[in-house]
Amino acid sequence: MTLTTSRRRFLQGVAASTVLLVGMRANGVLAAASETTDINPFVRIDATGRVTAIVKHFEMGQGPTTGLTTLIAEELGVTMDQIDFDFAPSNPQVYNNLLFGTFQGTGGSTAMANSFAQYRNAGAAAREMLIAAAASDWGVDATTLDIVDGMVTGGGKTAPIADFVASAVTQDVPAEPRLRKPDEWRLIGKEGRVKRKDTPAKIDGSGIFAMDLHLENQLVVMIAHAPRMGAIVKSFDDSGAKDMPGFEMAKTLPDNSGVAVFADTTWNAMQARDAITVEWDDTNAEMRSSDTIRAELMSAVETGDATYQTRGVQAETASAMESAAKVIDKTFYFPLLAHAPMEPLTCTIEPIADGGVILHDGAQFPTFGHMTLTQVLGLPMEKVQVKTVLAGGSFGRRANPTADYNLECAMAFALTDRSRPVKLVWSREDDIRGGYYRPAFAHRVRVGLDDAGQIIGWDHRIAGQSIMKGTAMEPMAVHDGVDHSSIEGVADTVYAVPGMSVGLTDHAKATSVLWWRSVGHTHTAFVMESMIDMIASETDTDPMELRLSMLPGETPEQKRMAGVLNKLAELSNWKAGAPDGQSRGLAVHHSFGSYVAEAVDVSGGGDQAVKIEKVFCAVDCGIAVNPDVIRAQMEGGIGYGIGHVMRDQITLTDGEVDQTNFPDYEPLRISDIGTIEVAIVASADAPTGVGEPGTPPSGPALANAIARAGGPRVTMLPMIDEVEFA
Amino acid sequence: MKLNVNGNEHEVDVEPDMPLLWVLRDELNITGPKYGCGVAQCGACTVHIDGMAVRSCQMAAGDVDGDITTIEGLGTPNAMHAVQAAWVEHQVAQCGYCQSGQIMAAASFLDVNPEPTDDQIDRAMSANLCRCGTYPRIRAAIKTAAKNLSGA
Repeated sequence: MTLTTSRRRFLQGVAASTVLLVGMRANGVLAAASETTDINPFVRIDATGRVTAIVKHFEMGQGPTTGLTTLIAEELGVTMDQIDFDFAPSNPQVYNNLLFGTFQGTGGSTAMANSFAQYRNAGAAAREMLIAAAASDWGVDATTLDIVDGMVTGGGKTAPIADFVASAVTQDVPAEPRLRKPDEWRLIGKEGRVKRKDTPAKIDGSGIFAMDLHLENQLVVMIAHAPRMGAIVKSFDDSGAKDMPGFEMAKTLPDNSGVAVFADTTWNAMQARDAITVEWDDTNAEMRSSDTIRAELMSAVETGDATYQTRGVQAETASAMESAAKVIDKTFYFPLLAHAPMEPLTCTIEPIADGGVILHDGAQFPTFGHMTLTQVLGLPMEKVQVKTVLAGGSFGRRANPTADYNLECAMAFALTDRSRPVKLVWSREDDIRGGYYRPAFAHRVRVGLDDAGQIIGWDHRIAGQSIMKGTAMEPMAVHDGVDHSSIEGVADTVYAVPGMSVGLTDHAKATSVLWWRSVGHTHTAFVMESMIDMIASETDTDPMELRLSMLPGETPEQKRMAGVLNKLAELSNWKAGAPDGQSRGLAVHHSFGSYVAEAVDVSGGGDQAVKIEKVFCAVDCGIAVNPDVIRAQMEGGIGYGIGHVMRDQITLTDGEVDQTNFPDYEPLRISDIGTIEVAIVASADAPTGVGEPGTPPSGPALANAIARAGGPRVTMLPMIDEVEFA
Repeated sequence: MKLNVNGNEHEVDVEPDMPLLWVLRDELNITGPKYGCGVAQCGACTVHIDGMAVRSCQMAAGDVDGDITTIEGLGTPNAMHAVQAAWVEHQVAQCGYCQSGQIMAAASFLDVNPEPTDDQIDRAMSANLCRCGTYPRIRAAIKTAAKNLSGA
């Protein structure tokens, strides 16, 4: 074992220390301390032996408060009952997402993928330091000791870790602690051993979400937003609110994007906002209707050349297609979609005694929120703290390069005398009408088949508004003009597709757009998997067999994709097919490093209403750290995908959003979906994403089921325009 | 006006048309009932009045005629209601924001229908939205709770 010397000063005079903190320096070197002023830890062990995992990812339901805690508990050698979690403060040097650079944030289904080694190392280092302290105390060889269920054990002795916390702080920090081998694991991958750490607070009302914060003497602010994107405030009249209970004041936001309405309570703020009239300047506003946008997108894929050729050479594909015996030619349309997390957007800015502020937020991108507050409020980084609380869902919405709602709250706070906490609250209507949608996309695909039904050419054109261009993410996600998130899942398809060319046309900015659970895969998987099913029907081939034939196993990706198909075949008894009176649709997709195959069984079809009876899912996400959390994410991802393709869309009339709330943007309900059975492929590969990969195959699996049930082949979403659901 | 919430009497000074949801949340700091839509379309605000599930976002405080129970009063960590226990067993919650409302709706439903079928569960619970899609687990947990309640 090599030793670092950076913490040697703890050898002197800290025997009375009562807390052991183990974390990592910005250079990636493990470090320990007894004061949080010295180190931002991943694990904290107090004098009583109570262990706390410091979780650097926020919790929107996807499970990192359980998953990262599991990693610490596994390596340290404590039970899940002996460990709690806290959310990490904002510190992009220490708590950065290792896949995002010097940036603290959650997204892209990376929480476990980027933390797996880091948190195990921290837990293992803490274990070795405690063991070294015990070995020294007992006069035995450290290699004879281990920590089991919170007890240092070995050499005929056993004692709780609490006994060694103080002296462990004085031990050298192992640079490369020994990680437990998979055959030693008691928690990772073990069925039934780990319950979610956030469950108790979520079933008794005690969990605190940002919407639940109620600070002493707080002001609630709601914003009268422009009905059209890009409009600004010309003037407003608050005379109707002046005499309303609790109304404090109304002021135009410094960037003229809206009017901030302040009141003493949420209800009074809602009422006051309704009583204020605003005149808007539409000079730079988006005035188009979504029908126009749709027509422009369709035209872009149906005629003319793509702006970017992202795979293959179109002329060569065209030439190959000339000899085709049959061409399948389909156009697809995907509307704008809102994320609509259950908890509408909200955050609170609290002034504190040192002249700084605390941002209380279900913070998905704390670094952007942090930077935004420093800029708007003119504060140095160290005067802004971010306190992360539970987030009531996100699906991408709380991760915004513009930090939009943090920015709004900061601008509103700056309009006050900064003496009182300011809580920003969005209504559901603000959320549904507030932009940052999954962009609308169109695809046109022409697949040429030869006499034997083999694919000889695949001409694929995509048009839509780039999510990444013009944002801080552009350098990372846009190369040679191509926003990878517009074509992911097509241009880099795992399938072996001969003669494939993929063109992309960026569509001019129509509204503000954002990643939405599974980003580009929301539309690309639908198109790829619908097309392959159409080829299977056209060639009278079993859709499972056709997919497997396009995954000859020439790459590890193809092997794993075939693996989930085989697992699904076994789980769903594919050969026997759907139960009598039902039809089965299949889809498979690779995203965020994981592979997911799904089968949807529907009843009805033809001239009868369609009902989703059952969904099967097989997933390969590498090592399954918490199998039940993975199953839950697949179930949730499937529901999210299916609900939106069934009946959701955001439309604009002369630039104004037509939808307002759940009555006209109706998500999946319990009566829409039957049981979901999930199987996890055993794997020794590093863990990959689970929050998003369940979503992409669900829509096309449903579309394929409906087509096989004698219903229409739906390529224009939402389905409800063509399909009646029970 | 006087409100009895979870067995405690509260005197609140609010306009009678203020929805009960906001009286609970902003005046009494009882935050288990959640704001999700404000138009009785999501069920996140569900509480009981004399045991009946109501949408507190659509109930004016002045119209409350009975004792109010919120998720905070349904059970305690050491003495969970059967529905809460089933929620733990099935690990239902993801983000958790809708779950107070789901649990309150389920508890009231099982009072009226102690042996529900899947279809009856779907009908009763279809007014409660969950954006995380925990529906299959909600259905399973309600069946477990029904079994445990009838066995008790």
